[in-house]
Amino acid sequence: MRPSRAYLIWIHVAAVVMALVVLAPFAWLVISSISPPAELLSPHPHWWPDHPTLERYRAIFGSEGGGGDVAANFRSAMLNSFVVASATTAVSLVVGVLGGYAFARLTFRFRRTSLFGFLAIYMLPPIALVIPLYLALANLGLLDTKIGLIVTYSSIVTPFCLWTMSNYFLSLPRDLEDAARVDGCSRMGALVWVILPLARPGILTTGMFGFLLAWDEFLYALIFTSSTQSKTIPVAIAEFTGKHSSDFGLIAAGGVLATIPPVLLALAFQRYIVGGLTSGAVKG
Amino acid sequence: MKPTSPSSGSIAGIIAPRPTRRGLLVGGSALGLSGLLVACGVGGGGGKKGGGGSGSGSIRALFMQQAGYSEENIQEMTAAFMKANSGIKVTADFVSYEALHDKTVAAAPAGTYDVVLIDVIWPAEFGTKNIVADVTDRWPDDWKQQMLGGAVTTPQYDGKFYGVPWILDTKYLFYNTAQLEKAKVDAAELDTWDGVLTAARALKESGVKYPLIWSWQQAEALICDYTQLLGAFGGTFLDDAGQPAFNQGGGVAALEFMRQTIVDGLTNPASTQSLEEDVRRVFSSGQASIALNWTYMYGLANDPKESQIPGDVAVLQTPAGPVGRPGVNGSMALALTATSENQDAGWKYIEYLTSQPVQDKYALSSLPVWESSYDDPKVVETNPAVVPQAKKQLGDMILRPQVASYNAMSQVLQAEIQKALLGDKEPQQALDDAASEAAKLLES
Amino acid sequence: MRSTVREADRPWARQGAGQHEGRFALLLLLPAAVVVFGVVIWPVVRTLVVSLYDVDSAMPGSYPFVGLDNYVRVFQDDRFYTVLGHTMYFTLVSTFLELALGIAVALLLNAPLRARWLWRSIVVLPWALPTIVNGALWRWIYNGQYGALNGLLDTLGISETPTQWLGEPFLALNMVIIADVWKNTSIVVFFILAGLQTIPSDLYEAARVDGAGPWRAFWRLTIPMLAPSIAVVLILRTIEAFKVFDIIYVMTGGGPASGTQTIAFYTYLQAFSNQLFGYGAALAYLIVLAVFALAMVYLRILKQNQLAGVE
Repeated sequence: MRPSRAYLIWIHVAAVVMALVVLAPFAWLVISSISPPAELLSPHPHWWPDHPTLERYRAIFGSEGGGGDVAANFRSAMLNSFVVASATTAVSLVVGVLGGYAFARLTFRFRRTSLFGFLAIYMLPPIALVIPLYLALANLGLLDTKIGLIVTYSSIVTPFCLWTMSNYFLSLPRDLEDAARVDGCSRMGALVWVILPLARPGILTTGMFGFLLAWDEFLYALIFTSSTQSKTIPVAIAEFTGKHSSDFGLIAAGGVLATIPPVLLALAFQRYIVGGLTSGAVKG
Repeated sequence: MKPTSPSSGSIAGIIAPRPTRRGLLVGGSALGLSGLLVACGVGGGGGKKGGGGSGSGSIRALFMQQAGYSEENIQEMTAAFMKANSGIKVTADFVSYEALHDKTVAAAPAGTYDVVLIDVIWPAEFGTKNIVADVTDRWPDDWKQQMLGGAVTTPQYDGKFYGVPWILDTKYLFYNTAQLEKAKVDAAELDTWDGVLTAARALKESGVKYPLIWSWQQAEALICDYTQLLGAFGGTFLDDAGQPAFNQGGGVAALEFMRQTIVDGLTNPASTQSLEEDVRRVFSSGQASIALNWTYMYGLANDPKESQIPGDVAVLQTPAGPVGRPGVNGSMALALTATSENQDAGWKYIEYLTSQPVQDKYALSSLPVWESSYDDPKVVETNPAVVPQAKKQLGDMILRPQVASYNAMSQVLQAEIQKALLGDKEPQQALDDAASEAAKLLES
Repeated sequence: MRSTVREADRPWARQGAGQHEGRFALLLLLPAAVVVFGVVIWPVVRTLVVSLYDVDSAMPGSYPFVGLDNYVRVFQDDRFYTVLGHTMYFTLVSTFLELALGIAVALLLNAPLRARWLWRSIVVLPWALPTIVNGALWRWIYNGQYGALNGLLDTLGISETPTQWLGEPFLALNMVIIADVWKNTSIVVFFILAGLQTIPSDLYEAARVDGAGPWRAFWRLTIPMLAPSIAVVLILRTIEAFKVFDIIYVMTGGGPASGTQTIAFYTYLQAFSNQLFGYGAALAYLIVLAVFALAMVYLRILKQNQLAGVE
């Protein structure tokens, strides 16, 4: 069936409206990042700066390293965040996919209890765990290290992956898996060769959002890190807003830069996420 | 006003039973940290005990970024210190002010830091909760005479010293000279709060929509402004018996004054969502004529890169109220942590950073705690507009309540004062409610 | 496509599968258990123990055992009810808006749009913006003095008098919700979008043949088929919303007049600023209970019998 013309027009109008709502605040972030401080403070906002400046980006990328300059720390923070978020996602996704499959497809005792046990960890506010975790990390020599953050974040992101993956597996048709079993695949074989490829969109979506959970995390990073070796992006940006020296433009520039890696990641994986799921394999 | 004392009980080290090294090695394998549970149990282990140490070795210090000395200043001082004390290696960490308290608390049981920077409102809390060390015995008697009065009281609680003052600050009155001139207001009027009101009315007439801007967001910044007014109107936070008294006399008059400036349209309504930085922004963009703020605003409001009113900024001592003109004590001190195992080395470092030559050298960033520095022409030269005002003001400062539960009390006050400022409650009612809450906190 | 977990459906399950499956499940779950509980079990238990003592310092020491007193005190605390109210409001309104908008946008992105990748990329943006920057951005947009929102209303000729968007307690709470919804609708969109992919298109064909209009197909087909995805994001968003902290910390600090104080923020104040760790730990565990209760209600409503964990 071909969609009607009116319908096509309507959805494109809706898409434009949606894009405006989504883009307007983001555009303001970008504009603020290139507005000189004086223009940022004008009583009526300058929708486009009279004297656009890339000064802040230059400060972030141009200045010497070595910890002296708040902005210079940003680059190492960017790298730290990337390493921490990637490793966290990798670990959590692997164990989350395996565990999620077990929750979705296998019957065993305490299934419900253990799933909620994992979820409860996710529900606990980080504030409650900061002090004992700090002590534990200190004793293991993992304070102020990327490993320490990866270990901590994996414990948060894994329940998230378990929960989303187990539900995603449930939404997949059982028939293919059964067919594979009948064909003589081992249980593990069916999981690896049949289920995982089928679940790719779910895995990638979960991975993307798991990545951001780690990329975004603030409180643990704030308390556990103290040097450029491990400080992450949110901490670096928060440092722009110290007691006495905040320039919103600098935060905005940091925010724009911090947005780029996850967006690139999302773009790279997007066609897998929404690309035809099973390309006709599923015939209900 | 007695601090909450941990009463008798059986469990040692609830939060932080420190696992033994051996337990750690055992537990550090496959199941990672959960091994610790087995290794130390719930009640086992003692806290990390601090100690003098050898007076050399490695120490770690926690500072804040921004405000006062910059990160570069501190790194320079530290490098110079290490050059002079080859046996001591110092690692300096920096966090924003907002994170300073929380990081200090979180790190305390693990003993990560040896030296920490503490705000004037924390000695009671950190002292009674055993987070920083009592350094009364290390304090030379002559410092008490040589340092400014407000500096000496900064790290003090209950007759004991919990650190050495380092960054000295209070709130000054800033005004826009061009706008005052245009409104034909004589700056001498700003000598009293009454005069500030008169001036603000004239400024409003002359076209400044909201002549006054304050840092009245629900945060400690609000209490700083309130404290300064409370002092001027003759109030006290606590009476001699240690009971809340800010709901009487000057405490109420101060809040009524604040509320009235909003009702009269003199205070920018954005004040209730503003911190010091917001005040600086509004003032620097010429949208307010008069503001209270810390020393740092002088330099930045006069900086053409940061401000639209460079050259039009003047600074005065805080205005006088009916009773006086104390400035809120916004100082900070360097403290030794109770869990530091290298307190002697830490103390040498603190002595160095707070010494007069070092402080004089960096006077542009932060004014020295030493009285005689203010007559030193070299120090005066660094900031000729501020130093004379500071000399007058820093001798007359008012402290926020020195109680262990200060933070909780401050939160209650912030919330109630805001209710009054927004017009949800009468000032008297709001402060009465805050006082009864505060009394409960002081009891417990 | 609703799969049931009945033994009979699985031929291989018949021969003593129970034990076998149990072992296989253990094998699959062990890595996750190590990653999660290996790290947090000690802190989690420690915090639970702390909640039974009157701990008022981060430092080790002897503290009196008070049993459930901390929990009792929470329920006697007037401020607890206030912040719980704010949190419930924040959670219900933000998750509802995120869900409604998320489904709408996902359907839109699933429609035959030109340059579909472009629209999808746009939707990713808010999600990629770190929360603390999002908070700072909206604080800046709402600024009563030079904020873009007031500027926009002025430019459009709607209102010349600046509004203090974060100046009134209830208004501020709603404005924070908008900021949160703007960012977090993305995640809902993508989960729903992934869910939409699992609906075979021939079902729609069949529905159309049966004479169902688009509206009817939406309610009778799309929503039921999406129910698992909806349940997943609903519960995720509820958990996140209930422990909302960062955006409040950045945008309002809990003000004005405590109007945006949520339970996680209050826990932070009590446990960290005031060092009442026993009380803070009790609050934290009550958060878990409250989120559980909410999640149960949702699952009941969605009657998601096929969801893992809910037989």
